[in-house]
Amino acid sequence: MIDAHLPILLIVAPLVSAPLCVLLRQKTLVWAFAFVVCLASLGMASLLLVRVLQDGVISYALGGWIAPWGIEYRVDVVNAFVLLLVAIIAAALVVFALPSAADEIAAEQHYLFYAAYLLCFAGLMGIAITGDAFNVFVFLEISSLSSYALIALGRDRRALIASYQYLIMGTLGATFIVIGIGLMYMMTGTLNMADLSERLPAMFETRTAMVAFAFLSVGLAIKAAMFPLHAWLPNAYCYAPSVVTAFLAATATKVSIYAFLRFTFTVWGAEFVFERLNFDALLIPLSLVGIYAASLSAIYQTDVKRLLAYSSVAQIGYMMLGIGFVSVTGLTGGMVHLFNHAMMKAALFLAVGCVVLRVGSSKLADWKGMGRRMPITMAAFVLAGLSLIGVPLTVGFVSKWYLILAALEKGWWPIALLALLSSLLAVVYVWRVVEVAYFQRMDEPAPVKEAPWPMQVSMWVLTGATLYFGLQTDLTVRVAQRAAMGLLGVTP
Amino acid sequence: MTVGLFNYWACVVLMLIGLYTAIARPNLIKKLIGLGMFQVAVFLLYISMGKVSGGTPPILHTSGEAYSNPLPHVLILTAIVVGIATLSLGLALVVRIWEAYQTLEEDEIVERDHD
Repeated sequence: MIDAHLPILLIVAPLVSAPLCVLLRQKTLVWAFAFVVCLASLGMASLLLVRVLQDGVISYALGGWIAPWGIEYRVDVVNAFVLLLVAIIAAALVVFALPSAADEIAAEQHYLFYAAYLLCFAGLMGIAITGDAFNVFVFLEISSLSSYALIALGRDRRALIASYQYLIMGTLGATFIVIGIGLMYMMTGTLNMADLSERLPAMFETRTAMVAFAFLSVGLAIKAAMFPLHAWLPNAYCYAPSVVTAFLAATATKVSIYAFLRFTFTVWGAEFVFERLNFDALLIPLSLVGIYAASLSAIYQTDVKRLLAYSSVAQIGYMMLGIGFVSVTGLTGGMVHLFNHAMMKAALFLAVGCVVLRVGSSKLADWKGMGRRMPITMAAFVLAGLSLIGVPLTVGFVSKWYLILAALEKGWWPIALLALLSSLLAVVYVWRVVEVAYFQRMDEPAPVKEAPWPMQVSMWVLTGATLYFGLQTDLTVRVAQRAAMGLLGVTP
Repeated sequence: MTVGLFNYWACVVLMLIGLYTAIARPNLIKKLIGLGMFQVAVFLLYISMGKVSGGTPPILHTSGEAYSNPLPHVLILTAIVVGIATLSLGLALVVRIWEAYQTLEEDEIVERDHD
């Protein structure tokens, strides 16, 4: 009985829990509560993916109002995959948050932190699960507003400016999305995605269709921090508390990319976007320029958090590149990279969080001798860093392999070569951190002192995942492949 | 023709003024005002498209007369709530920024961080 309501429970649980956190107030109690909610969501998300893989698409009519009149939650392989990813990250990070947030956030704001965290989580899950175009906007704003608040919790006063700038950019982006959805509604009279995809083809010739798509894609590109609309990202990631950085880096941009995938492939269809508008002619060069520009910026950063933030912009370029190929292999690569990058970037930011807890700084200059001072943390950093580069046996290799394969399939070997060469830039920026941490002596010797165990556990769970999925490629690749086929409408 | 599209022209003009203010103005409050204008212009767009000339509200509808679909208006009710939340969060941030920097001009804030 309760099974049938899984899709809505997945959203309602964190959404209702957020105000309960404010009522509970007591720090440990709130944490324990948030932890239980995240675990329960993880359980429900895994169950949902298993169901979808077995029985196919699940459609849930909210309040019993049948689509297209009511709001529909529609779960297929693509979003079940994204839902699981967000749930895994949220559950792993809430463990990390216990000591890390205690250190970085003022004690009287803890319960508010967990409330905002759960709200953001609910919003992200909502974007992923809904089958209604306007509902995407509502959940997008739920997650964005709470993430502005989360970023502003950072200790540095620059966190406030970063949050404000993100608020302006994010709201502009979200409003662009509303304009796009409004124009789509104007043409078709429906907001249900499946219904839209049936009615839009009749409108393909009109200028309104093009304008609607333009607004929608620019809005989503801002939210996904796609180059050159990434300006808000480095500051926001740099000054936010470590947990928040890891959470946003691993989930917020990924969910926006999912929304982009959903609108381009399911709602508009590959035929309109890529054959009529030749969107790939814009997407592929932009993603390549983005990969190189952001990787080069990363090399020159003096703050590890900011370095990783620029690297995130570059990695989003790889995902976009995969989408730009418009083939099953390319999309598989993009989807796998979406999953893998979330794991490794979260692991990397958590390692930074551990160092920040002990040293109080993410400045590269303060990382001298860190290899000796925090050997376990740095080991995780190096392993996740290797994955970022794309060394074989790590997840990063798997996704790059599929991307290059997709380029070669199309016969675009210069793109394959460029994607390969760009990994060298990742070698440089990861090496800069490793060099300082392992080969530069610290000014005054300090004893070995690792971060508390909850932080270690959650960092190693994610680092372990990058290794595990690097060897067991079967699971992620198979699911991503089915998701890619679903998006392109190819039957296996 | 031009008169019939008056609302849409007004939308476009308001939207551009709002967008320009939000991006180009260095004052943080003025940026928020611009953002507000931009959002309100979009509300107007939705409400304009929901208007059917001669249409009545679909309440106790029996005869075959034209009616206006209330859905766009309801959507905008949601968007207005979101707009209020955004504005209040933005203003709250501005208060905190004022406390931390004692200025609301973007260029001065950047300067003070470099000291």
